[in-house]
Amino acid sequence: MAATDPSHTTPLNSAPTQISDDARGYYTPGEPLVDPVAPTGPIGQRWTQRKFDNRLVNPANRRKLDVIIVGTGLAGGAAAATMGEAGYNVKSFCYQDSPRRAHSIAAQGGINAAKNYKEDGDSTFRLFYDTVKGGDYRSRESNVYRLAEVSADIIDQCVAQGVPFAREYGGLLDNRSFGGVQVSRTFYARGQTGQQLLIGAYQAMERQVAAGTVTEYTRHEMLEVIVVDGKARGIIARDLVTGEIETHLADVVVLATGGYGNVFFLSTNAMGSNVTAAWRAHRKGAYMANPCYTQIHPTCIPVSGDHQSKLTLMSESLRNDGRIWVPKNKEDCDKDPRDIPEEDRDYYLERIYPSFGNLVPRDIASRQAKNVCDEGRGVGPMVGDFRRGVYLDFTDAIARLGEDGIREKYDNLFDMYARITGENPYETPMRIYPAVHYVMGGLWVDYHLQSSIPGLFVTGEANFSDHGANRLGASALMQGLADGYFVLPNTIRDYLADGPFEKITEDHPAVVEARTQVEERVTKFLSINGTRSADSFHKELGHIMWEYCGMERSEDGLRKAIDMIRELKAAFWSDLKVLGTADSLNQSLEKAGRVADFIELGELMCIDALNRRESCGGHFRAESQTEDGEALRHDEEFAYVAAWEWGGEGGDPVLHKEDLIYTAIEMKQRSYK
Amino acid sequence: MATPTLVKGARSTRSTIALKLAMAVSGLIFIGYVLAHMYGNLKAFSGEEAFNEYAHHIREIGEPILPHAGALWIFRVVLLLALVVHVASAVALWRRASKARTQKYAVKKNIRSSLSSRTMRWGGLTLLLFIVWHLLHFTIVKVDVSTGDTGSDNPYRLLVDSFDVWWMTVIYLVAMLALAMHLHHGMFSAIQTLGFTNTAKSRARAREAGWILAVVVAGGFSLVPIFTLFGVIS
Amino acid sequence: MDLTLNIWRQPDAVTHGALHTYQLAGISEDMSFLEMLDVLNEQLNAAGEDPVAFDSDCREGICGTCSLMINGQAHGPEVTTTCQLHMRSFKDGDTITVEPWRADAFPVLKDLVTDRSAFDRIIQSGGYISANTGSAPEANSVPAPRDKAMRAFNVATCIGCGACVAACPNGSASLFMGAKITHLGELPQGQPERYTRVVDMVAQHDAEGFGGCTNIGECTAACPKEIPLDVISQLNKDLRTAMKQGR
Ligand SMILES: Cc1cc2nc3c(=O)[nH]c(=O)nc-3n(C[C@H](O)[C@H](O)[C@H](O)COP(=O)(O)OP(=O)(O)OC[C@H]3O[C@@H](n4cnc5c(N)ncnc54)[C@H](O)[C@@H]3O)c2cc1C
Ligand code: HEM
Ligand code: SF4
Ligand code: FES
Repeated sequence: MAATDPSHTTPLNSAPTQISDDARGYYTPGEPLVDPVAPTGPIGQRWTQRKFDNRLVNPANRRKLDVIIVGTGLAGGAAAATMGEAGYNVKSFCYQDSPRRAHSIAAQGGINAAKNYKEDGDSTFRLFYDTVKGGDYRSRESNVYRLAEVSADIIDQCVAQGVPFAREYGGLLDNRSFGGVQVSRTFYARGQTGQQLLIGAYQAMERQVAAGTVTEYTRHEMLEVIVVDGKARGIIARDLVTGEIETHLADVVVLATGGYGNVFFLSTNAMGSNVTAAWRAHRKGAYMANPCYTQIHPTCIPVSGDHQSKLTLMSESLRNDGRIWVPKNKEDCDKDPRDIPEEDRDYYLERIYPSFGNLVPRDIASRQAKNVCDEGRGVGPMVGDFRRGVYLDFTDAIARLGEDGIREKYDNLFDMYARITGENPYETPMRIYPAVHYVMGGLWVDYHLQSSIPGLFVTGEANFSDHGANRLGASALMQGLADGYFVLPNTIRDYLADGPFEKITEDHPAVVEARTQVEERVTKFLSINGTRSADSFHKELGHIMWEYCGMERSEDGLRKAIDMIRELKAAFWSDLKVLGTADSLNQSLEKAGRVADFIELGELMCIDALNRRESCGGHFRAESQTEDGEALRHDEEFAYVAAWEWGGEGGDPVLHKEDLIYTAIEMKQRSYK
Repeated sequence: MATPTLVKGARSTRSTIALKLAMAVSGLIFIGYVLAHMYGNLKAFSGEEAFNEYAHHIREIGEPILPHAGALWIFRVVLLLALVVHVASAVALWRRASKARTQKYAVKKNIRSSLSSRTMRWGGLTLLLFIVWHLLHFTIVKVDVSTGDTGSDNPYRLLVDSFDVWWMTVIYLVAMLALAMHLHHGMFSAIQTLGFTNTAKSRARAREAGWILAVVVAGGFSLVPIFTLFGVIS
Repeated sequence: MDLTLNIWRQPDAVTHGALHTYQLAGISEDMSFLEMLDVLNEQLNAAGEDPVAFDSDCREGICGTCSLMINGQAHGPEVTTTCQLHMRSFKDGDTITVEPWRADAFPVLKDLVTDRSAFDRIIQSGGYISANTGSAPEANSVPAPRDKAMRAFNVATCIGCGACVAACPNGSASLFMGAKITHLGELPQGQPERYTRVVDMVAQHDAEGFGGCTNIGECTAACPKEIPLDVISQLNKDLRTAMKQGR
C-alpha cells in the first residue's frame, strides 16, 4: 500500500442526476438508498476499524445461535466452515447431492490475490484500483478495497488446508497473469482452480459436520424465506428426495446461492443454478441490485443445435496463443477454413484494436464476435438465421511452438473441444462464440453483506457487491472466499450480538404463511395440466433474453422483450405440464419452480437495462456508444447502484438509487484502442 | 447398507486393509514355500537316489537342535497357520464384496482387469481342493494309483508311478494352471497391498514379477509330471 | 440416429425396479448423452409418462454429479464423464442399456439417481487438514516440493463421482479414498494428521459397506479423471505405517 493513504477527505465525483428516463411507465421511483453501515475514514483503515468496532459474541453464547447458510459453493462452504469453527450452530443447505458439487467447482482459470510474490509492483491498492476500473466504476470502493485487503489471507488459508496450487521448482507458489492485467497475481491449480478451492472449503466444512457444529442438508431446495417482525428468521425448504416441505428456523439466514446466468437458458452455469433463493427473498423485501449486469465470456464452444442444454467455457488463456478471425466474404463462410487464403481472412480484433489485439477485455471480444456474426460472416452450423461462431486459430502458434508445445499448454482444453465438437483442433481452427458466464448483479447488500431484510445476509455471486458492471478474471473466486472466510464472519457477529432472538415456533403466523405459499405453489404447478414442459418455457425465455438483453441492448428491443416475457409468463401459468407427485423425487417440479422465478427476474433485468441508458462494463446500450462503436458511460447520470424493490404481484418495481461516490480513485473512460 | 453415523474409535487392525495385509503376508509365505517345493521336485531329474535323499534331508534340517522332522513340523505349522489366515481372510473379504453389491448389473463389462484377477476366489478354491487332494495323495495316505498300494516309503517311486497315469498328470497340470493364474495376479496384488507400488514404474515391475513367478513356478512344477508321463523320468 | 434404450426405472428407494425399453428416433450425433435423455424426457412428458430421473449439474465433467452405467461401463465407453459423452460414440440402431451405479452403499433413490452421501461421510471421518480460518501461516513459509505438489494435484482432481465403486466387482471405494489420502499425504500441511486420517477414513469406508479392494483395476478404467492405481498402494502403505504406530 502507498505510504500515505490514497483516499481524499472530499469526494472526487459529485452525485449523479439522471435525465433520461427510458423505463418510465415500467417502474416506480423510490427513495434514495444509502448504505447504513458504510465506513468512513482513510480507505486503508476502514476494514480494520470496522472489525474492531463490530461487537463480539461470547463463545458460550455462540452454540445457542442458529445460523442457516444456503449454498455450499466457495461463499457458503467457507462461511459454514468458519462459523462452525467459531462454535455457532450452523445448518447448511444445497440442492446438489453433496456440498462439493456447487458450481464453484467449475471455475478454471484462477484466483487473484495481492501477494506481490513476483515483485512486479502489485499491492492491495493496485488490486483495488484494477477491480474498480475493471468494473467500469460501478462498484463501491470500500467494499472493493476490503476485498483486495483480505485477498492475501485467502491464499494462506487455502494452502494450509491443502489446496494444491501450482508451484515453482523451488517449491514456492507460482503465479500467472490473467484477464489482461499487467501484474502476475493469479494463483492457480492447472485449469481446475475452482475445484481445488471448493474442495478445500468443503473439507473444512465436513470437518465441522463431524465436529457437530454444522448439519448439512443436501438435496434440499430453499423455496422461501421466513420473515418475522421484519427480520429473517428461517427458510422453507423442500427435501428433493421425499418431497417433504420443511421449516427451518434460525437467528440469521445467509444466502450464498450463486448466480442467475441460467435466465438465458444457455450459459456456462450448472443445470441447477437458479435465482429461486434470491428471488424469493426479493419478493419478501430484499432489493435486487443492478440485475442487468451480465458478463458474457468470449471463448465458449458454440451452440451446435436446438438440443443444446448448456454451454462450455474454454479458458481465456487460449487467447494468448490463438488468433481470432472470420472470412472477409460471406461466401467463404461454409468453406473449409484451411482453404481460405490469408488475404481473405479478417483478424478483426487485431484490425480494430492493434495494441491489445486478441487480448482485449471479455466484453469487447464478445461484442465484436457478435457484430461479425450479425453481419453474416460467422462460421459453423446455422443456428436460427445466423452462423454463430468465429475461428480461434492456432496455426501460427503451432508453427512457432510445435504441436507438442501447444499440447503441453492446452491439451485438456483441446481434448475437451474435440470431445464436444468431434473436430480435431490441432488440424482445423477451433470455433468459439460468446456465452453468458457470470452475473455482477444480485441482491443488494450493505458493507456488512446484509440485505435490505435485517438478518438476511448475502454472499458470493448472489450479491451485487464488488464487481461493478464487469468482473475481472479470477476475481469471483476471490470474492466468494473473501466473503465466506473473512468478511461475513466478522460482520454477522455484530448482528448476532443482539441474539439469541426471541424463540419462534412453527405455528407462528409468518411461518405458516411462508409454508402455505410454498405448498400452494407446488400444488399449482402440478395442477395446471397444460401441454408444455417447464424446459420449453425456459428455452423460450432464454431466446428472448439473449436476443434483446444479451450483448447489445436497445430501447426498442428491451420494450419488446418485456412484452414478450409478460406473455410468456401468462402462458407458463396456464399451459405448464408437470407430471409426477409432490411427495417424491420430481425433477420436472423442481425445474418448474426455477423457471417461474427466472421469468420474473428476466422482466426485471430488461427494465433495469432499459433504465440504464449508458454502456458500462457488461451492459452495452446501442444508444450509448462512441462514433467508432465503443461503450460510452454516463457518470453524471448513472454513477449509482440501481436497487429494485419488489412492487407486489402485478405492481411495478420500485427503483432506489445508491450513489457511488469515490474518494480514492478518479473515474476515467476505458479505452483499449 | 450405508450408515448415517461416523465410526468412533477406529483401529487399523480391524479394517479390510488389515485383512488384505494378512492375505498378502500369508500368500508370500506360500510363495516362498512353493518355490522351495518346486526346487525340491526338480531333484527328480537327478534320479531316484538324489530325490529320496532330499526328501529324507528335509526331515533332518535343524538336527540335532530340533528333533527329527522338527523343522518340517515347524514348516507345516507355519503353512497351516498361513493357510487358515489366508483362507479365512479370503472368505471374509468375499462375503463383504458380495454384500457390497446385492443388486447385480444387467450388463457389466470388464475393461482393464485380467482374467486371473477376476478368478482369484474360484481359483483359490480350486487350489484349496487341490491341496487337500495333494496332501492325501503324497503326504498322508500316499496312494500309488498304478498299484493301489498306500503308505509307500519311496517318494520317488510314488511320484513316477503317479505321473505315469495320464489323468493324474492332467489333474496336476490343471492345478498348476490354476496356480499360475493365482500367482500372476497374487504376486502383483501382494506387492500393491503392501504398498510398494506408488509409481507407474513400480507398478509395471510388480506386474512383471507376477508374470515371471507364474511362469517359473507353474512351469517348474509341470516339468516333472510331463517328463514322467513321457518316460524321461522313470 | 435411431436407438433402443433399456433404462432402469424404479419409482423410489423401496419399490422394486426393472429395465424398460424405449425407442428414440432422430438423435443427432452432436448431442451429449444427457441431451439425448433430455429428448427422451420431453417425449415422455408429452406422452404423459413420468420422465426418467437422472443426476447431472455442471455438464462439463467437473462436478461429479452425473453417474450412469451405460452398456455395462461406468460413464460409458469413453474415458470421460457421462455428461461429456457424446452420441457420436454410438451407432444408428444401437441398443443402449442404462443403469444406476450399483452398490449397497449407494442406494437407488429413483430411476438412475443414487445416494452417494457415504462419500461425504468418508471425508467427514478424516479427509481434511485441520486449519481453522485465520490460523494459517504465510502461504510461502512452507515450500512444498514441486513433484509432490504435482502428484497431490493430479489425484486431487477426483470429482467424487463414484464410477470407481460402480465399476469395481467388489464395490470398493479404495480409488476414491486413496486419491484423498495421497492428495493430503503428499503435502507438508497434511503430515500431522496423516496416520490418524487413514485409519479413520478406512474404518468409515468399511462401515459404509463398501467392499475390500483386490487390486483388480477396473476402477482406474472407469475413472473419468484417470486417477492411477498407485493411490491404492499409497493408501495401503499409509495404513500399514499406521498399524506399525499402533493406531
Ligand atoms: C465455467 C465457469 C468458470 C469460471 N471461472 C472462474 C475463474 O477462473 N475465476 C474466477 O474468479 N471465477 C470464475 N468463475 C465464476 C465463479 O466460479 C463463481 O462466480 C463463483 O464460484 C460463485 O460462487 P458462489 O459460492 O457464490 O456460488 P456457487 O458456487 O454457484 O454455489 C451456489 C450454491 O447455492 C446452492 N443453491 C442455489 N440455489 C439454491 C436453493 N434454491 N436452495 C438451496 N441451495 C441452493 C447450490 O446448491 C450451491 O451449493 C467461473 C464460473 C463458471 C461458470
Ligand atoms: C499355493 C497356495 C497359494 C498361494 C501361493 C497363494 C498366494 C496368494 C497371494 C500372494 C495373494 C495376493 C494377496 C494380496 O492380494 O495382496 C493371494 C490372494 C488370494 N488368494 Fe491365495 N494363495 C494360495 C492358496 C490360496 C487358497 C487355497 C485360497 C483358497 C481360498 C486362496 C485364495 C485367495 C484369494 C481369494 C486371493 C485374493 C484376495 C484378495 O486379493 O483380496 N489362495 N494368494
Ligand atoms: S477416483 Fe475417479 S472414479 Fe472414483 S470418485 Fe474419483 S473421479 Fe470418480
Ligand atoms: S454433470 Fe458435472 S460432471 Fe457430469
